[in-house]
Amino acid sequence: MKSTLPALLLAGFILLVLAVASLFVGVSDVSLSSLMSGDAKSLQVLLVSRAPRTAALILAGSSMAIAGMIMQMLARNRFVEPSTIGTVESASLGILAITVLAPGAPVIAKMITASVFAMAGTAIFLRILKFVPLRSVLLVPLVGIMLSGIIGAITTFFAYRLDLLQSLGAWMTGDFSVVLKGRYELLWIAGALGIAAYIAADRFTVAGLGQHFTTNLGLNYRRVMLLGLTIVSLVTASVVVTVGSVPFLGLIIPNVVAMMVGDNMRRSLPWVAILGAGFVLVCDIFGRLIIRPYEMPIGAVMGVIGAFFFLYLLLRRTSRAA
Amino acid sequence: MIAVEKITKTYGSSVVVDGVSITLPKGGVTSIIGPNGAGKSTLLSMVGRFLSADSGTITVGGLDVTKTPSDELAKRLAVLRQDNHLAVRLTVRDLVSFGRYPHSKGRYTVEDERHVNEAIAMLGLSGLADRFLDELSGGQRQRAFVAMVICQDTEYVLLDEPLNNLDIKHAVEIMRLVQQAARRLNKTMVVVLHDINMASTFSDVIVAMKNGQIVASGSPAEIIQPDLLSQIYETEIKVVPVGSRLVAIY
Ligand SMILES: Nc1ncnc2c1ncn2[C@@H]1O[C@H](COP(=O)(O)OP(=O)(O)OP(=O)(O)O)[C@@H](O)[C@H]1O
Ligand SMILES: [Mg+2]
Repeated sequence: MKSTLPALLLAGFILLVLAVASLFVGVSDVSLSSLMSGDAKSLQVLLVSRAPRTAALILAGSSMAIAGMIMQMLARNRFVEPSTIGTVESASLGILAITVLAPGAPVIAKMITASVFAMAGTAIFLRILKFVPLRSVLLVPLVGIMLSGIIGAITTFFAYRLDLLQSLGAWMTGDFSVVLKGRYELLWIAGALGIAAYIAADRFTVAGLGQHFTTNLGLNYRRVMLLGLTIVSLVTASVVVTVGSVPFLGLIIPNVVAMMVGDNMRRSLPWVAILGAGFVLVCDIFGRLIIRPYEMPIGAVMGVIGAFFFLYLLLRRTSRAA
Repeated sequence: MIAVEKITKTYGSSVVVDGVSITLPKGGVTSIIGPNGAGKSTLLSMVGRFLSADSGTITVGGLDVTKTPSDELAKRLAVLRQDNHLAVRLTVRDLVSFGRYPHSKGRYTVEDERHVNEAIAMLGLSGLADRFLDELSGGQRQRAFVAMVICQDTEYVLLDEPLNNLDIKHAVEIMRLVQQAARRLNKTMVVVLHDINMASTFSDVIVAMKNGQIVASGSPAEIIQPDLLSQIYETEIKVVPVGSRLVAIY
């Protein structure tokens, strides 16, 4: 395989350009000239709202894409990601629980509760997979969709009874317009977990080869699964708590990268991180521009683009198989 | 030395491996033969610590496989299973490189690189090294898996039906490779084979299994006998000497 480093650097540069562009898009005017002329209000907007928003987009985008890739390795299936197997729904249930039981709890407590729930939900998914005898490619995502449906229904039921449907909606749909300085910093945890995933990249690739290969190479399969499960759950929880669920990302990006450079995570993870962040930035800028001065929620933009893309992936697959 | 002592494995009420005891000497090629369902893969899985036995002990080079830390064992023992299909998209070189994991733990040295290149060349995969596994033929893929195990460079190597999907040329090449590893590097090679003539030609010891038990073991001259083979495979088998070899005809 030719080195992908030059292409990766180019992609990184494009991401940087997008990030800068993202800083200057929005309702109130922030431009280079207004900043240069020392306009205090412009600077204020940049520091309190725009820069945190851009940082949040990059952190959430890259870490959710990485979480999707890890999940695909653990489940040994291309068609799963945290929002299609119950991880996101479980995290929401966790936030709901702590909101009801300890309304004044700090946001970090919310995140920890959400993580614990997310972990439990994902563990149930992996547990069920163990009992699925024939690992058919389509059965695995179906099990996930069913499980996330059940957990989602339980969450909705309690939210309805407790009159919290509106809050639930906020957790389940990503919205970066709420990001302000002081209210997104948990996402740095997700970013740090992305780096942890890079350090453990070889283990996850080996786990993707299956239990026997993992054992043969001297790794403890259960421990690798647990590590992956922890990263996926913590990332999902921190994203859901701060900006709400960002669906599809973990599905699309790892699939694109697998087509480009394969699944050796040591090589593919930087690509997943950069493309994940880039895709979210593009969708967010698009959502801010299309119906100015209003904003289209990023979930809607991503849903449309993501659905088309997923269709393309499936059709491509069948035409190749035919 | 691989020492298997009174190993039993049952699934529900069916005894799949039935109190098997056998000692395989260090160095040399041992072939395991026997009909489908004889318990060959199950026995190999237990030696490779993929499966726990109901009772009995297994030691490889003096190390109890259930008690030795897995990463220690991975430097001594490499096992390739019968069926391998991957959901991940890796290149041949990626896969073979993972064979070095027990030694390098992910930090590849020049030494590791050399092992990888050697293993790729040995299995005639040099031209395919950068191809993805899902773009290869079944036999080419099988050779990539064998290369991965060879690359692990362990004293003990267990291969469950490594000749699956291979044409005659590549099957013979792999058996030569197995023989050379045993002769030149004094490795202990254990191979499950269905082709009894391959077993007859390339092994030092043949172990015959049936119904979860070892029914015979010995040199090829002792095992490649018409009566014994006919009884094991429940098929009439004749044996004719060709040059210095015994050839089974069925
Ligand atoms: N997980 C399992 N549950 C129940 N029975 C099993 C299981 N695995 C294997 N068996 C049974 O154990 C017996 C031995 O299987 P094994 O795979 O060891 O045979 P084998 O000698 O390798 O055969 P082959 O030449 O076909 O590879 C078979 O009868 C098989 O049906
Ligand atoms: Mg078998």
